[in-house]
Amino acid sequence: MHVVVVTKNTPDTEATITVDANGGANWGDKMVVNPWDEYSITEAVLLKGAHNVKTTVLTVGTEQHAEALKHGLAIGIDQAVRVWDAALEGDDSLVYARAVAAAIKKLGDVGLVIFGKEFADSASDAHIYQVARLLGWTMLGFVAKIDAVDFAGGTIRVQRLTEHGTQTISGKLPAVISVVKDINEPKYPTFIGIRKAAKADIPVWSAADLGVDLGSGKVKVERYQELPRREGQVELIEGATAQDKAAALVDKLIEEKVL
Amino acid sequence: MSGVWVWIEQGDGKPLPASLEALGLARQLAGSDPVTALVFGQGVDSAAQAAIQSGADAVIKANDASLAAVRFEPYVALLDKLIAEQKPGVVLAAATADGRELMAGAAADAGAGVLTDVTELTLDGDTLRAVRPVNGGKVLRVESIQDAGPKFATLRARAFKALEPDAGRSGTITEVAPVLAEDAVSTTIESVEHEAGGVSLTDASIVVSAGRGVGGPDGFAPIRDLADVLHGALGASRAAVDAGWIPYEHQVGQTGKTVSPDLYIAIGISGAIQHQAGMRTAKVIVAINKDPDAPIFKLARYGIVGDLFEVVPALTEAFRKRLN
Repeated sequence: MHVVVVTKNTPDTEATITVDANGGANWGDKMVVNPWDEYSITEAVLLKGAHNVKTTVLTVGTEQHAEALKHGLAIGIDQAVRVWDAALEGDDSLVYARAVAAAIKKLGDVGLVIFGKEFADSASDAHIYQVARLLGWTMLGFVAKIDAVDFAGGTIRVQRLTEHGTQTISGKLPAVISVVKDINEPKYPTFIGIRKAAKADIPVWSAADLGVDLGSGKVKVERYQELPRREGQVELIEGATAQDKAAALVDKLIEEKVL
Repeated sequence: MSGVWVWIEQGDGKPLPASLEALGLARQLAGSDPVTALVFGQGVDSAAQAAIQSGADAVIKANDASLAAVRFEPYVALLDKLIAEQKPGVVLAAATADGRELMAGAAADAGAGVLTDVTELTLDGDTLRAVRPVNGGKVLRVESIQDAGPKFATLRARAFKALEPDAGRSGTITEVAPVLAEDAVSTTIESVEHEAGGVSLTDASIVVSAGRGVGGPDGFAPIRDLADVLHGALGASRAAVDAGWIPYEHQVGQTGKTVSPDLYIAIGISGAIQHQAGMRTAKVIVAINKDPDAPIFKLARYGIVGDLFEVVPALTEAFRKRLN
C-alpha cells in the first residue's frame, strides 16, 4: 500500500512582493516548501511509522520544485517523483490535477493522497478536489486529525474543520485528504536526512510517460496588482488613565459610525 | 448559455450570509438573465424562500436525507448533472470549505475553469474576470476565463453585498431528485461539534484578536469579554495558537483564516507580515500594544499604547455603557 504526498515550492513567506509596469510580480529568489505541506509531508511520515506503507513525495513543476521533494526525502519519505511537461505552463488547477491524477495511477496501489490545505502562492486549493474527482475517490478536505485509518480494511475516519464546526466523518479508501495545521507538529530535516536526500535519484515523468492528455487550461493569469494602500497614519489615543483612553476611542468609533 | 447560478450553503436551515452576498453579486452579473439558487438538503423550504427574497428568480431544490449535510460526492454528482443539462453561464458559491470543494469538483466534471476566493468579479460576454488576493494576501492577481460553457467562482465572505431581503419578491421552485443513492456514497458523517456561543470569524463584522501579549490562556478572558460586548468573533495570532493558549480555529493570518470585518481590534499582537495577510482588508483597525514601535501601528487607524490588562477591561466597560 502506498501513501502519496503532493507538494511544491512557494516564495518565502517573509518575502516582499513588487509588481512591475507590465503586471509581473517579483518575490525574490528564495523559495521554501509550501508552508501547508510541512504538515502533509509530516503526516505521511507519521503514517509510514505506524503502518506498513510505502511513501512517495510528488511534485508537478520545474526543476526549482525539486527542493520541495528533497525536503520530503530528508524528513523520511521513501521516494520522490517529479512531473513536468510544457503543457503545464500557466496556472490552471484542472490541467495540474490531470497530471497529478495520472501520476498517482502510474505509481499504483495508492490508498491515500495527502495535500496541505492550499498552495500559498496561488492561494488555491481547487486542484486538490479536482484530483479526487478525476480519480473518483473519496474526498475529505480540511482534516485536523486522522482518528483512524485501516489500509487493509480500506477505511478512514477523520475530523474536518468547517465553518459549521468540527465534523467527524468516515469514508472508504482510496481517498484524497487535505490537512490543516492542527494535524501535527511538523518534522524538520536532520543533517543525515539532508545528505541522503541530496544523493537521491529523482525521476522526471512527462505527459507522454504518464499517457495523459493534459488538455489546455481555461483560467488565464492576466496580471498582478499592488494592494490598495491603506490611507493615513495611525492616530494614537492619549489620556491620563486607561479609562480616559478607552472612552476617547469609543467616542471616535461611534462618531465614525464604525459601530 | 446564460444565467447565473448560486449554490446556497446553509447553517441551521438559513442561508449563510456569504451565500446571500453571492446572490447579490449574481443579480448584478446576470443583468436581464435569470439568477437561479441551488438549495440542497433536508427541510430546505425556508432557505429556498430566503434565496428568492435575496435575489433569486428561480430555485432548484433537492430535498433528501442523503443531502442533509454537505458531502462531496452526492453534492458534486447532483451539481454535475444539473449543469450538464441546463448549461448555466456562471456558477458561484461562497468560498467556504464546502463551497471551495464543490465548485472545484463540479468544474472538474464540466472540464471548466474555476476562480477561487475572489474579491472582485465581472462578466463581460463570455469572459468572467476576477481579482484575487494571492501570496498570503500580499499582492492581487487578475485572472479570467473566456469560455461559452459554464465558468465557476468562489467568493470571499464580506467582499460583496447582499440585497436587502424583499418579502414581496416571487420566484419559481423546481424540485429535483438526488443522483446518488445513499449506499453509493462512500462517506458517513458521524458527528458535528460546534463551539458554544462563538461568532463565525469570516462572517463577523467585528473581530477582537489577541496575541502573545496576553501571556497565557487565562489572558484571553478579558479579550473574550470585549468580543462578547461587541457581539464580535474571537481571533488570535499564530503565536497564541502555537503556544496552545487558544484553538487553531481562531487563528487569523497566512496559515489561518482571512477576515475582512468592519472593525478589527488587535490586542497584544505585534503584526507580523503573516498576520497582516489575514486581516489587512478590515475597514478600521484598532491596535492596542505596550510597544509603540510594533508594526501593527503602521496598519492601524487608531492605536492605544498601554498595558492591555488595564486598557481592555476599560474598553469593555466603555463600550458596555455607550452601546446600552
